[in-house]
Amino acid sequence: MTSFEQFPYQEKNLKELEKHIVCRDSQLSTLLAIFGERPHLSFPSIFIYGHTGTGKTYIVKTVLSTLELPYAIVNCVECFTLRLLFEQILNQLYDHRPAPDNEYSSYERCDTFNEFIRLYKKAISSQGFGNETIYIVLDKAELLREMEANILPAFLRLQELTQSNVTVIFLTEIVWETFRPNTGCFEPITIYFTDYSKVELQQILSSDYPEEYSPEFYASYINILLGVFYTVCRDIKELRHLAALNFSKYCEPVIKGEAKEGDAHKLWRNIEPHLKRAMQTIYLREISSSEWERIQQEDREASHLKGLSAHAHVELPYYSKFLLIAGYLASYNPARTDKRFFVKHHGKIKKTDFLKKHEKTSNHLLGPKPFPLDRLLAILYSVVDSRVAPTANIFSQISSLVTLQLLTQVGHDDQLDGPKYKCTVSLDFIRAVARTVNFDIVRYLYDFL
Amino acid sequence: MSKRKSKDKSLPIGECISQLQAHLRLRLLQLAQPGKRCGVESQHKHLVELLKRTVIHGESNSVLIIGPRGSGKSMLLHDALKEILAVKELKENALAVHLNGLLQINDKIALKEITRQLYLENVVGDRVFGSFAENLSFLLEALKTGDRSSSCPVIFILDEFDLFAHHKNQTLLYNLFDIAQSAQTPITVIGLTCRLDVMELLEKRVKSRFSHRQIHLLNSFSFSEYRDIFKELLSLASGFPDMNFAEQWNTSIQSLHENKTVEDILQKQFNASKDLRSLHMLLLLALCRVCASHPHLNAADFVEAYRLRSVDSKANILHGLSVLEMCLVIAMKHLQDTYQGEPFNFQMVHNEYQKFVQRKAHSVYNFEKAVVLKAFEHLYQLELIKPMEGLSVRTQKEYRLMKLLLDNSQILEALQKYPNCPTDVRQWAMSSLS
Repeated sequence: MTSFEQFPYQEKNLKELEKHIVCRDSQLSTLLAIFGERPHLSFPSIFIYGHTGTGKTYIVKTVLSTLELPYAIVNCVECFTLRLLFEQILNQLYDHRPAPDNEYSSYERCDTFNEFIRLYKKAISSQGFGNETIYIVLDKAELLREMEANILPAFLRLQELTQSNVTVIFLTEIVWETFRPNTGCFEPITIYFTDYSKVELQQILSSDYPEEYSPEFYASYINILLGVFYTVCRDIKELRHLAALNFSKYCEPVIKGEAKEGDAHKLWRNIEPHLKRAMQTIYLREISSSEWERIQQEDREASHLKGLSAHAHVELPYYSKFLLIAGYLASYNPARTDKRFFVKHHGKIKKTDFLKKHEKTSNHLLGPKPFPLDRLLAILYSVVDSRVAPTANIFSQISSLVTLQLLTQVGHDDQLDGPKYKCTVSLDFIRAVARTVNFDIVRYLYDFL
Repeated sequence: MSKRKSKDKSLPIGECISQLQAHLRLRLLQLAQPGKRCGVESQHKHLVELLKRTVIHGESNSVLIIGPRGSGKSMLLHDALKEILAVKELKENALAVHLNGLLQINDKIALKEITRQLYLENVVGDRVFGSFAENLSFLLEALKTGDRSSSCPVIFILDEFDLFAHHKNQTLLYNLFDIAQSAQTPITVIGLTCRLDVMELLEKRVKSRFSHRQIHLLNSFSFSEYRDIFKELLSLASGFPDMNFAEQWNTSIQSLHENKTVEDILQKQFNASKDLRSLHMLLLLALCRVCASHPHLNAADFVEAYRLRSVDSKANILHGLSVLEMCLVIAMKHLQDTYQGEPFNFQMVHNEYQKFVQRKAHSVYNFEKAVVLKAFEHLYQLELIKPMEGLSVRTQKEYRLMKLLLDNSQILEALQKYPNCPTDVRQWAMSSLS
């Protein structure tokens, strides 16, 4: 269905809607059908869900503003208290804006839902909305669940509570089943905004081509981009961002004269490794987009640059490094193997003990185990070759490692008497630390034996 | 003569449709519609009788209307009140106070609301002044000074009654029931609730003051009655402006009533739930498709409406995942199968995924660990996986224990519908033990 002639709205507005909204015809016609004519009673609540970047907010907003329906739209992230939420809705109904001349105050103070209902009724009678349907759009509605328990059910039956023609629209990414309160509520109509298919993504992304190049040229670029990123990411915002960032690299050979616009293969050879690198850096936000653009301008190799995670190593004092290493060993090795690893002249330990290793028990899979302070110190004395005096310094270094969140204290039952710790650093990190003190950590790890 | 005249009047088709939509939307969405009562005649009689005794004879009563969601509690009450208040002299000397557990979340707000609705002296405009204690003593004073014969009866309607039972000390309920017990102003307390165990929520002193009169509303009608309700709901009444159109419409509804496909859909809906509100929603969705170019409902509209109502939302969400995310879901499914539903962390999922990449798929899906972690976090954001303990427990992202909130059959079904699913991924999903 591509034409919306059957809907009782002005043709001019419908034309405009058609112009602004692409690939969402079925959703649009469902929405328009559900809205119905202005004075008709509409559904009490509509629940719209779908993945991020499927045009939920955009379509609802465009439809409401193009058709000039009375509406209030609030984002539940912004309105983290009830008062903010209610007052924003009322402000929008009164067309009131907090500004310097009213000292940034809202139209009326409103704390509870009871007050809100009273003020809402007052607002619609004083603003002369008559019998028209008023739309209240709650974006990021999943946050309503964390507010007080009465909010979501009350919004769902707002039409009944206010005795007026109002429709509440919820926009979210989460499915309705997780919203339902345990004593039940008024069930909304759920509408799913389907994800864009690859063809649709291609069509939408290609539509904003730069003017100096032909649309086909840009479309082939988008095709390559989707070829690299489509298996990993379908978020249109992310893809659009990536497309904008890497386009200058794509048209570089054309500008230099090495290739023509039609040389698809050459252009692909040029851009493909670049895009693969982009996935490891810019997609993960290792490198900021401004830095990425600078690299492209200066024509440096992108992979030479260190990302955020490469900067993760910290400069630690000598003993702190060993404390951390000892902590890591204590966290990831079972206590029964300590004798084998750390005692110089240990008795013979049967090899079969080590061969019985099971993948399921590997600590690098299950995560670090807590260990007592005594064990940490015992391992520390063993791995440091010289004599270490248990001074106050050593103990304060342990607690400073905890504040740096390299170790964490478990249990919190006692600060002094036998506290337990856990080491929360990654293997790569500890290897880098061990390398600086010439300690071969892998030789001491049970999992890699 | 006038009847024939109105029959001759015919409107353009667009106007007819608009009128039709207005009529039926009002009927299906508003509780206050004058519908035929189906299977609740005795309850209705009981309630009207009770209200009459309060309003005419000055008896104090209390009653609870209990029934599941959408079983017509508010409608029953509304009907009864309308019948009572229709008598003119009664209307002048009875007051109704509507309270809702969702709005009046504590006794302070509830008291203010009561004061406001009763127009007591400390109300200016529609604002209420005074502290909680003042309001309470004020209200009690006002209610106590009355007696059976002379003062105006008040009907208290407590919607979502179970929520009032969660107020501190149940002060409001205690005071209301206490007034209903003693010879003061005649009041009737009507509670509406969907909880069958609502009596267990009341304190002992509150419970002992309650009259234990309960009206149960259970959807006790058979499928043939359900079908009749369906016909009733969609038929146009004789008040419709264009009689020709109304007749045509009613015959089309009659033919739908006998249609086999529609009957199947109604049967499915009936099996899922007997409450009428879900039927209303189904009919509304079908009705939305009626327009000037498509002036009559047909079976296809109902098929479409039913499809819209009955889709599995998780499957929808799964449909929009990327291939990498789908692979992770499959890896989690395998982990769940091998370790009998034990929780997993990212490290294990990644390990499982690596096994797939190394053995089966020839490095096509060999992404960096950080990319995979990003996909994993997206799944968490979509609430397809849930952490076992709260986030306050500080552990590394990779080692946080998670639970999959999907069923095996859901995953397999979603995989069937997945657009351009790579064959090796599908095969991997099918192989039960990796």
